[in-house]
Amino acid sequence: MASDTNPNSSSPPSEPEHKIKFWNDPGKRALIFQVLLVLVLGGFVWFIVSNTLSNLEQRGITTGFDFLSQEAGFGIPLSLVEYTEASSYGRTFIVGLLNTVLVSVLGIIAATILGFILGVARLSDNWLISRLSALYIEIFRNIPLLLQIFFWYFAVLRALPSPRESIEFLGSFLNIRGLSMPAPVAEPGFNLVWIAFAVGIVGTWAMTKWAHKRQDATGKIFPVGWTSLGLIIGLPLLVFLLSGAPMTLDYPELRGFNFRGGMTIIPEFVALWLALTIYTAAFIAETVRGGILSVPHGQLEAASALGLPKTRTLRLIVIPQAMRVIIPPLTNQYLNLTKNSSLATAIGYPDLVSVFAGTTLNQTGQAIEVISMTMAVYLSLSVLTSIFMNWYNKRKSLIER
Amino acid sequence: MKYELQPTLPPPANTIGVIGWMRKHLFNGPLNSIATLVLAWLAFTLLTPVIDWAFFSANWAGTTREDCTSGGACWVFVGQRIDQFLYGFYPREETWRLNLSFFLMLALILWLAIPKIPAKGIAAVLTLVVFPVVAFFLLTGGVFGLEAVDTHQWGGLSLTLVLAVVGMVASLPLGVLLALGRRSEMPIVKSLSVVYIEIWRGVPLITVLFMASVMLPLFFPEGMSFDKLLRALIGITLFQTAYMAEVVRGGLQAIPKGQYEAADSLGLGYWQKMIMIILPQALKMMIPGVVNTFIALFKDTSLVLIIGLFDLLAIVQAATNDPKWIGYATEGYVFVALVFWIFCFSMSRYSQYLEKRLQTGHGNRA
Repeated sequence: MASDTNPNSSSPPSEPEHKIKFWNDPGKRALIFQVLLVLVLGGFVWFIVSNTLSNLEQRGITTGFDFLSQEAGFGIPLSLVEYTEASSYGRTFIVGLLNTVLVSVLGIIAATILGFILGVARLSDNWLISRLSALYIEIFRNIPLLLQIFFWYFAVLRALPSPRESIEFLGSFLNIRGLSMPAPVAEPGFNLVWIAFAVGIVGTWAMTKWAHKRQDATGKIFPVGWTSLGLIIGLPLLVFLLSGAPMTLDYPELRGFNFRGGMTIIPEFVALWLALTIYTAAFIAETVRGGILSVPHGQLEAASALGLPKTRTLRLIVIPQAMRVIIPPLTNQYLNLTKNSSLATAIGYPDLVSVFAGTTLNQTGQAIEVISMTMAVYLSLSVLTSIFMNWYNKRKSLIER
Repeated sequence: MKYELQPTLPPPANTIGVIGWMRKHLFNGPLNSIATLVLAWLAFTLLTPVIDWAFFSANWAGTTREDCTSGGACWVFVGQRIDQFLYGFYPREETWRLNLSFFLMLALILWLAIPKIPAKGIAAVLTLVVFPVVAFFLLTGGVFGLEAVDTHQWGGLSLTLVLAVVGMVASLPLGVLLALGRRSEMPIVKSLSVVYIEIWRGVPLITVLFMASVMLPLFFPEGMSFDKLLRALIGITLFQTAYMAEVVRGGLQAIPKGQYEAADSLGLGYWQKMIMIILPQALKMMIPGVVNTFIALFKDTSLVLIIGLFDLLAIVQAATNDPKWIGYATEGYVFVALVFWIFCFSMSRYSQYLEKRLQTGHGNRA
């Protein structure tokens, strides 16, 4: 590399005069490069900001977040909090956010259940079960999610009858406007049931601790699973029945062209939820399969050498080790599902992107504020998830002795 | 006393052949037998009507919806519109340019993908540098006596492929740079790379496309205008680069530290070390990951319909709303699904094959 500049000199190589040129010093070079990079990037940002400001001025758009308190003036078909056309644009943000959370949480629950079933089925030694599961996985993960949403919404749910010719069952009505169901209305005594539910949860927690302690001391195993099921579901149910069932049902009725009363699940929600569940479950199934396969076979042999029965091998040996591999990609899938729920905008389910980055943006023209608020929501979700993941990995990583 | 070796008896009849296989894989134990029977019945009752709808009672020939009489699928709809589904609104007499670009790309990809064909380096340069230029002039025209075709005439499967291939080819070098930046020892370079990657990976593609379509025009001076396709391409590339960077980083991390140290001890500079020692090894290892992100990108291109481009899904969606063909949405969707499925499934199979080939037996799973 640095060839001798003076071949005739007989001085030793560690000559104090022989200084490295500053552009050959890695430290200085790095410094210069970084300063240049910052200058170029800063210039680019300045270019964009000044352009944006002058463009906004020309179009007469005022920047800032004042628009959030203005009246929105448009309706939203589904909202978990109180919302009317007189509510503010800030309120549309909350409504959209909650709708995103609603479909994401329900999608995550359903996709996890379906994905675990499929992932285990994929490894079944029954040829038919594992083939059918593979067929499902290969079909649904290779078709774009948007297409699946369209299929459920336009091809399946649009084929339902009009409200007057609804399919009727158990006091519910299924038609092109959605599923109208009887809504449970709590009567005064219902709070007791909630109290029983809370008692059940606390009781389960205490019982688990006690069972652990007893097993450590005596080696006896307590049926924790069944007891907690009884405490969490059985106890509130018992209280509900004993207090004389303090709940009535509000049945939907056909008035004019639509149903009134009860509660209605809109078809947009059903299509989005179905597609998200079916699509994500295929990915979760692959994750679960990989996790179970990652448990070395020796672990199973060791468990059977200890005389553990099959169910307990699964619960105590396979699942804890598989979960260590499964959880990180699983949270990634949850995050993907949440981000994918933004496809709602294509069929008009009122989620954050559809309501806030769609209607609100079009009405106010505040592109920069609206898009950055929307992006910030998704970004903070993914940052929170990665913080959780780091914490989890630290807690669960193998401690080698 | 003489012992004579008796001839070996054949294995019991119920352990070999079809019956043996079925006993082992379908009816080993009462629970499994019940599950098999129930599932077989379910699969039969569910799949028969689907197969019957799609093949046996389907309508294949004809020109209008009046020809769809049998109650099965109406493939006439797809057949009548196939040109539009493939080429969008590209002038019919110019579609040979799309076909030519497609077959050029196919040939290059086969060259790259089949291990037995030599000179992968030349193929890579042709694919990543020469082909994009050639395809650009072929598709847009306006030179060498080719008729200029405006990008708003592009559509259908060819637009989907354009979006996916451009997103891929542009994001690969940018992703390599970002990945190197993320592993760099310079604090500013490193933190900028991390921030870029995490921001784009944290937001959904839709918001990126929205941003590209509503905010990009604000960022540049008045006279500078981008057409819709270019805006979508910029959005997709920005987004895809972040994912690509993470794949490349995975590849870089898989290179043993000794390789870096060996390059340093040979006195190689940073770029010499990367280009001659590290990247050639890392790139080979990350091909499966690159293929997987390409599959994701390919599926994600369907989102451009939200900002008003007519890719394959959007053009079929528009065709199903045509009053002449109303009520045949399912056929359209099945066609799109089939096209996407063929592309994605074959790519995922290829990536699995590569993973197996690259596995040299050091993993814990044999």
